[in-house]
Amino acid sequence: MADAKVIPFDDDRSRGSGQRPGRRRSGPRRPGDGAKVREVKAVPGRLNADVPEGAAPGAEPLDAGAAGAVGSGDADARRAGARGAGQGAAAESASVPEPRGGGGGGWDRRIAGGLSFLRRRLTGEYHVDDFGYDEELTDQVLMSLLRPLYEKYFRVEVKGIENIPADGGALIVANHSGTLPLDGLMMQVGVHDNHPHGRHLRLLAADLVFMLPVVNELARKAGHTLACAEDAEALLERGELVGVMPEGFKGIGKPFGDRYKLQRFGRGGFVSTALRTGSPIVPCSIVGAEEIYPMIGNAKTLARVLGIPYFPLTPTFPWLGPLGAVPLPTKWTIQFGEAIPTDGYPPEAAEDPMLMFNLTDQVREQIQHTLYKLLVQRRSVFF
Amino acid sequence: MGKVVLVTGVARQLGGRFVRRVQRDPEVDRVVAVDAVPPEHHLGGADFVQADIRQPTITKVLAEHRVDTVVHMDVTGTALAGGSRGSVKETNVIGTMQLLGACQKSPTVKRLVVKSSTNVYGSAPRDPAVFTETTPPKSLPSGGFAKDTVEVEGYVRGFARRRPDVAVCVLRFANILGPAADSPLAEYFSLPVLPTVFGYDPRLQFVHEDDAVEVLRLASHDPERGTLNSGTFNIAGEGLLLLSQCARRLGRPTLPVLLPAVTWVGTALRTLGATDFSPEQIRLLTHGRVVATRQMRETLGFRPKYTTAEAFADFVRSRGPGLLPPTALAGAVDRIAALPFAGGAAKSGAGGDAGRGADNSAHHSAN
Repeated sequence: MADAKVIPFDDDRSRGSGQRPGRRRSGPRRPGDGAKVREVKAVPGRLNADVPEGAAPGAEPLDAGAAGAVGSGDADARRAGARGAGQGAAAESASVPEPRGGGGGGWDRRIAGGLSFLRRRLTGEYHVDDFGYDEELTDQVLMSLLRPLYEKYFRVEVKGIENIPADGGALIVANHSGTLPLDGLMMQVGVHDNHPHGRHLRLLAADLVFMLPVVNELARKAGHTLACAEDAEALLERGELVGVMPEGFKGIGKPFGDRYKLQRFGRGGFVSTALRTGSPIVPCSIVGAEEIYPMIGNAKTLARVLGIPYFPLTPTFPWLGPLGAVPLPTKWTIQFGEAIPTDGYPPEAAEDPMLMFNLTDQVREQIQHTLYKLLVQRRSVFF
Repeated sequence: MGKVVLVTGVARQLGGRFVRRVQRDPEVDRVVAVDAVPPEHHLGGADFVQADIRQPTITKVLAEHRVDTVVHMDVTGTALAGGSRGSVKETNVIGTMQLLGACQKSPTVKRLVVKSSTNVYGSAPRDPAVFTETTPPKSLPSGGFAKDTVEVEGYVRGFARRRPDVAVCVLRFANILGPAADSPLAEYFSLPVLPTVFGYDPRLQFVHEDDAVEVLRLASHDPERGTLNSGTFNIAGEGLLLLSQCARRLGRPTLPVLLPAVTWVGTALRTLGATDFSPEQIRLLTHGRVVATRQMRETLGFRPKYTTAEAFADFVRSRGPGLLPPTALAGAVDRIAALPFAGGAAKSGAGGDAGRGADNSAHHSAN
């Protein structure tokens, strides 16, 4: 089923490559592009609609907070029932709403799913992996909270999702921007909602994230972990999809004037990690995140006092108080580029600095080129 | 001729259990149990020698009984029956030095097993999510039990260099839990309301007492085919639990406290004698700690019978229900689930929403 739906994306890619030579004569082609883009955009929606049971979830993504559970809710309830049977009381209770759910009403099923979710939460009977990733909470609550921002506010358009392998480890390398790391979160939602296998992206985050209360807790539960070689390698070895933004604070905290100029890619540690595990590197370019908080100044002294890497001054931020912290509603595009395989290199390649620099540059160039290409195609920052 | 096993720290529950267990092994001839105070539990016929390992008399004990295997379990975080922190530190560090010195002089000792702890890794936000045996700690523990274990392991490494003919096995245990556990963490989980650090949900790993005894036994005998039991190994049950999960499974409400205030609460609780809230305990309950157990499974060839969750479940069974027993909460949800489905779709929707609201509040109070 999913294969058939993916075809338009290939279409999209051939359009992209077909357009490359003709890019310079930009003027007249653009409107047509826009139309095609819109046509492509419809597909993720349709894909989404088909994955759950088809009651028309596409129409009410906002409600997903409550209902995100529903698609898998029934199966979960059954699983919980099976698990609970050993434990005692759980079995009957989980099976009570089930015949009704099978009977028909979407609401019954939703409530049953929601209640069994709640039950598992209250009794602590849910699974968390070694990194603290709580898949159930992420899918049913955290993702649903981000989805309105993703679909309605930034209207994220995802391209090239077929470049992400269907299974096995892969390292997604993206540019970083936007003062607050919303780009990572949007990428996470984008990958999960658009990928035909609904893959989960595991982001590598700065250590600051794990020092802040509440933030660290949510980050761990959403599947993020510290950006260090050990964690990245462990995740890739488990066949997870790992997302990294090697620019780090240099990228996210750069002034507005430097927008879409890629900063140095750290020491290229991500390349050696990919080489050690033989995972492909998928370059990813995110357009739109640069303009959500145009950083026109940086209060360095204040940042030092607060112990954070930068303190942004935007046209609105400290002046309008909390209202200034509302991001601008820009239109985003996330483009995944063609994967760069790393499994053809000998095992000692990870220690070869020349190869690392070359690969790092290759990834960086590809991201930068795609960024420029997307910027040329973009009609406006907000639409 | 069979083996002679010397076990230190037998006045504790775990030491006593290990002595009783290892005695039943056919290859073990005699067990010499050593501690500074006589144990309250029986030792199953082992020879108890009342000796303080901080004193050089331990050399005489080793020579007298011609000991060939030493199991050093007297590295602990809390004092037995009203000892001070200072004396615990002395037993941990000076005691280990004396014991290792005695082992070095003894020609008969062939094997040394040391009970260490995953505390050696410390816990900090900059640490990788999963510690392997070779991960260097980002911030070395600055004091308390964690620092003791780091120092003890340092001395053990020195000993291993000087006596390469002795097989040395260091077992780094995650938090040991079980019906008889008397660790600071077990005390913490016995509080009626669990104070937690606001905004942090640490990942915890447990190892069951039975597994702890079993792996000590495995390490104190000759290695089985295809395995190697000298070296350093992390010992923990499969999987992990978040502190919030633990609290819900225990049925005890949590009380989030802001990090700066935690130290005051810790001091207050310690003064009241409710629990020993040491700084490293607070750090564990802030950042958590998870260790990789691949070496344990593949090299040492040990598979724990209990996962982290099962070890915790066994502990919960032994402690009795808390203020918010999970079965009662589950029952409440089930009653709500049974309510609205009598009516039509619209009606059930409304009822479900109300139920959800009510449960949310329950959830918050549980949180």
